[in-house]
Amino acid sequence: MATEQMAAQSQSSGMPQLDFSTFPNQIFWLVVALVVIYLVLSRIALPRISSILAERQNTISGDVAAAEDYKAKAREAEAAYEKALADARSQAQKIVAEMQAELKKQIDAATAKADADITARAAASEAKIAEIRSNALVTVEAVAKDTAAEIVAALGGKADAAALADAVATRVKG
Amino acid sequence: MENVNAVVDLGKYIGAGLACIGMGGAAVGIGHIGGNFLAGALRNPSAAAGQTAMLFISIAFAEAFGIFSFLVALLLMFAV
Amino acid sequence: MAEEHSEGLSFHPMDQFTIQPLFGDGPIHWYTPTNTTLWMAISIVGIILLLINATRARAVIPGRAQSVAELAYGFVHKMVEDVTGKEGLKYFPYIFTLFMFIVFSNFLGLIPGAFTPTSHIAVTGFLALAVFISVTLIGFAKHGTHFLGLFWVSSAPMALRPVLAIIEVISYFVRPVSHSIRLGGNMMAGHAVIKVFAAFAPLILMSGVGVLVTPLSILAIVAMYAFEVLVAFIQAYVFTILTCVYLKDALHPAH
Repeated sequence: MATEQMAAQSQSSGMPQLDFSTFPNQIFWLVVALVVIYLVLSRIALPRISSILAERQNTISGDVAAAEDYKAKAREAEAAYEKALADARSQAQKIVAEMQAELKKQIDAATAKADADITARAAASEAKIAEIRSNALVTVEAVAKDTAAEIVAALGGKADAAALADAVATRVKG
Repeated sequence: MENVNAVVDLGKYIGAGLACIGMGGAAVGIGHIGGNFLAGALRNPSAAAGQTAMLFISIAFAEAFGIFSFLVALLLMFAV
Repeated sequence: MAEEHSEGLSFHPMDQFTIQPLFGDGPIHWYTPTNTTLWMAISIVGIILLLINATRARAVIPGRAQSVAELAYGFVHKMVEDVTGKEGLKYFPYIFTLFMFIVFSNFLGLIPGAFTPTSHIAVTGFLALAVFISVTLIGFAKHGTHFLGLFWVSSAPMALRPVLAIIEVISYFVRPVSHSIRLGGNMMAGHAVIKVFAAFAPLILMSGVGVLVTPLSILAIVAMYAFEVLVAFIQAYVFTILTCVYLKDALHPAH
């Protein structure tokens, strides 16, 4: 009571907080303010902010998923690369082995051919030598026969042709 | 009448001054809370972060009583 | 103090809380636009600027103002969820409304020459009573008479329970009183103390003691102002978290 009187008498000396005549005014405007803030927040601000936060969450998790994806892709690419490398290596080895086999075959063939050639030539040479030898023998026999007949003739004899051939043959062989 | 008013004023001022002693109690309380929180936080720093809300609530409770005494002082000075 | 009055220092620390009509000088009816109306309107404008204008871009990578808005949202959201649990999130818009109103009123009231609606017991008392009544109604609506189990401490010995029940009932009904006076008192006390220090500042113009007193009082004003910035936030935080605690009691009354 005293407060009300004092507040009514002089605004400056009392506590304005206890000036009950202003209470309806303050409470009315407070209710207005709270209702306005509540409407603004619940209709516009809160849905917007929560949607922003949700969107960010989605973006972040999407980015993380994409990063996972890229990582998996990189891993795949690496595996593919490794595989290609291994393939290439085995291919190269195969090619090298094939080449070696081919070369060996060629060398073998060439060697065999050369061998055969050499054998053939050797045989031909041997045949030729044998022929030459036999020719030579025949020639020697003839020359010896002739020579012997000449010598006999020179010595004044008359050589029997058959005996002479026998003797020469015996001598040449022996 | 003049004398009575003077005595009433005297009583008001003395009462307001006495009411301010209550603030000391609030100060002791807040110091106690803060000190104990710090002691606990230094023992277990990992748990301290989760308890700051309790710290502020406790400080607010303790401080409220200091505010009450201040309010009584103000009431004596300006309203009674 | 009387001595200082004679020297011309004037102490009117409570003048700043006077409710005045914005237009003219007439009596204050319930609908009269007053300075409290003005500063509540400025608070609303501030809230709209922060929460709606700053989030207009809906940027995935937020700018400065938008991250403040998101910070406020996340701060209160986490508080409600931590204290009351998932079912308390239904009341998050109401609690966020309270928080934004109090925090904006407190901070805007720190502008020199401004008026602080939350320094009035009428405003804080209405806020606290609204919380008290709605929380009590929620408690009874959710749990019926089981809500009274809040006052019946079943873990205490049987003989002690009636005594404890009386204490619990009293402390329950004191809640709105302490809830409102804590906020209003803090705001009023801080502003009044700054004003008292400010009243000492012109002493240098009047007497030789002022050479010592004036710098000290200005220093004290600066210190109190810094402290008030802290208090402005902490009191809004405390009011909100106590609202959450009371709401938790209503949702889970098991003691």
